Amino acid sequence: MAEEIKEEKTGALAKEAKKEEKAALRSVSSTPHIRDKSSTRSIMATVIIALLPATGVGIITFGPKTLLLLALSIGSAVLCEWGFEKITKQKSTVSDLSAVLTGLLLALNLPVAVPWWMPVLGAFFAIVVVKMLFGGLGQNFMNPALGARCFLVLSFSRYMTDFSYHPGWASADAVSSATPLAEVKAGGAYDVLSMFIGNEGGTIGETSAFALLIGGLILIFTGVISWHLSTCYLLSMLLFAAIFGGHGFDPLYLAAQLGGGGLMLGAFFMATDYVTRPITRKGQVIYGIFLGILTGIFRIFGPGAEGVSYAIIIGNLLVPLIERITEPKHFGYKKPVKAEKKG
Amino acid sequence: MKKENSVWKPFINGLITENPTFVLMLGMCPTLAVTTSAINGLGMGLTTTVVLAMSNIIISALRKVIPDKVRIPAFIVIIASFVTIVGQFLEAYLPALNSALGMFIPLIVVNCIILGRAEAFASKNGVFASALDGLGMGLGFTVALTLIGCVREILGSFSVFGISFKEPLESIGMAPIAIFVMAPGAFFVLAALNALMASIRMKQLAAGKESKIRAGCDRDCASCGDDGCVHRFYDENGKDTAVGKKEEKA
Repeated sequence: MAEEIKEEKTGALAKEAKKEEKAALRSVSSTPHIRDKSSTRSIMATVIIALLPATGVGIITFGPKTLLLLALSIGSAVLCEWGFEKITKQKSTVSDLSAVLTGLLLALNLPVAVPWWMPVLGAFFAIVVVKMLFGGLGQNFMNPALGARCFLVLSFSRYMTDFSYHPGWASADAVSSATPLAEVKAGGAYDVLSMFIGNEGGTIGETSAFALLIGGLILIFTGVISWHLSTCYLLSMLLFAAIFGGHGFDPLYLAAQLGGGGLMLGAFFMATDYVTRPITRKGQVIYGIFLGILTGIFRIFGPGAEGVSYAIIIGNLLVPLIERITEPKHFGYKKPVKAEKKG
Repeated sequence: MKKENSVWKPFINGLITENPTFVLMLGMCPTLAVTTSAINGLGMGLTTTVVLAMSNIIISALRKVIPDKVRIPAFIVIIASFVTIVGQFLEAYLPALNSALGMFIPLIVVNCIILGRAEAFASKNGVFASALDGLGMGLGFTVALTLIGCVREILGSFSVFGISFKEPLESIGMAPIAIFVMAPGAFFVLAALNALMASIRMKQLAAGKESKIRAGCDRDCASCGDDGCVHRFYDENGKDTAVGKKEEKA
């Protein structure tokens, strides 16, 4: 996740201060005139803090191996970014915490049963291929963590869909059940309350809708994300599920669709990635609705139970087009009058 | 000693200097589609080489007979004949390879490399030079396809030329990265190898080792954006009788 605009602003801020020292107060600066104190680093830190409840629930539910996967994923993401910048002789950007966030998100998107080298490979793909090769922070065309998740799902579908785990810290018996979302799709039994709390199978970070909701609210109240995108995403997905899901407006079914799988994680933490979402509010609404419909199509008509990661990645690719149709007009802008045709 | 006018020049040209895959970026469709394993890449490359060399020879021999205005259909008839012959040979003697390559054997007819060489080289040069050009280009294509196939097979199915080393690696918990035998993997590998080749070429150019430029331009044709350049296909004698010019006169 990135915030290059903010970064530009802070750079410009220092320059501006110097300018003001030199010039008189009357001097006119160019836009933007309203500046914010937040930096890339502070925003990344806020997102990481907002992810901590979900991470905590993941660690409690899935046991000590979770810590290893988290450490490997974050560590190798940071190392890859540092190493790539070292080799290509660029200024190191590790301290802006974006690589830490990518590593954390990647780990939260993995099931706990994956072998140790998988987060390392995923982090390498996310940082080097998806992010750095396209120019680094702010230049990547898709969310690095989700790109890596899809890379791993396509490559190692057997591991990536193995949701067996040792519940808690003490138990030695592995639980291997389908994820609640798969049960919802197959028409089996599911417990909405435990899906809400997070005592279920799934990837490390997606199980607890409650913890993710807390994180999402932190992001909204600190102003890191606006509520429009996530709300549009969730609501359009719900509406799609209600119309096409075959259960009508059954509240239990809709709650299961909402709380199951990676929908919450995707809607609050990954669809809202500054680099890969539209800039304008109008664009974000369109983007959110599009993601909701796409997720619904994948979940209800697709072969698998889950579709959030593919939906967001496809949405990422369409962002430039959404930006084009939602580009704001200048104040006082008039449509150019078409020149009269003369025969 | 500089071997500017060596008879092997067309051969080396196709193999390295103007490698169809890594420099000219021609024939991308079979390159991406059939290189799921090294043996498939090698088979596709050699099949194309045979067709390319034979059609280059025939087109070069007939270059004074074929009227300029209908040269493209005439070339295609010649190429298609050889593709049919080679396809039937493969069906008879190498059925496994034939079924692995499938649709891409008949599609050699429309391979850009073959038509490109017919137009740019064989229709302007002697039989011997054209044969060497065809062989060079074909082998350059073969090397590139085999290389891509090797990388994809090693990463995607833990084997090379069908020799598997999957078991020792799986016993220590590794698993082949299956995406490399799927379509996205082809793009990853092609891009990575291209970047590698480009960096080698740039280093050589910087060291002043080789200059590929044949006809009055100081830029490398492969990285030049000028599609309408009259020098794009050079003349063997360094004369300015390239494709664009010729058409203008006619």
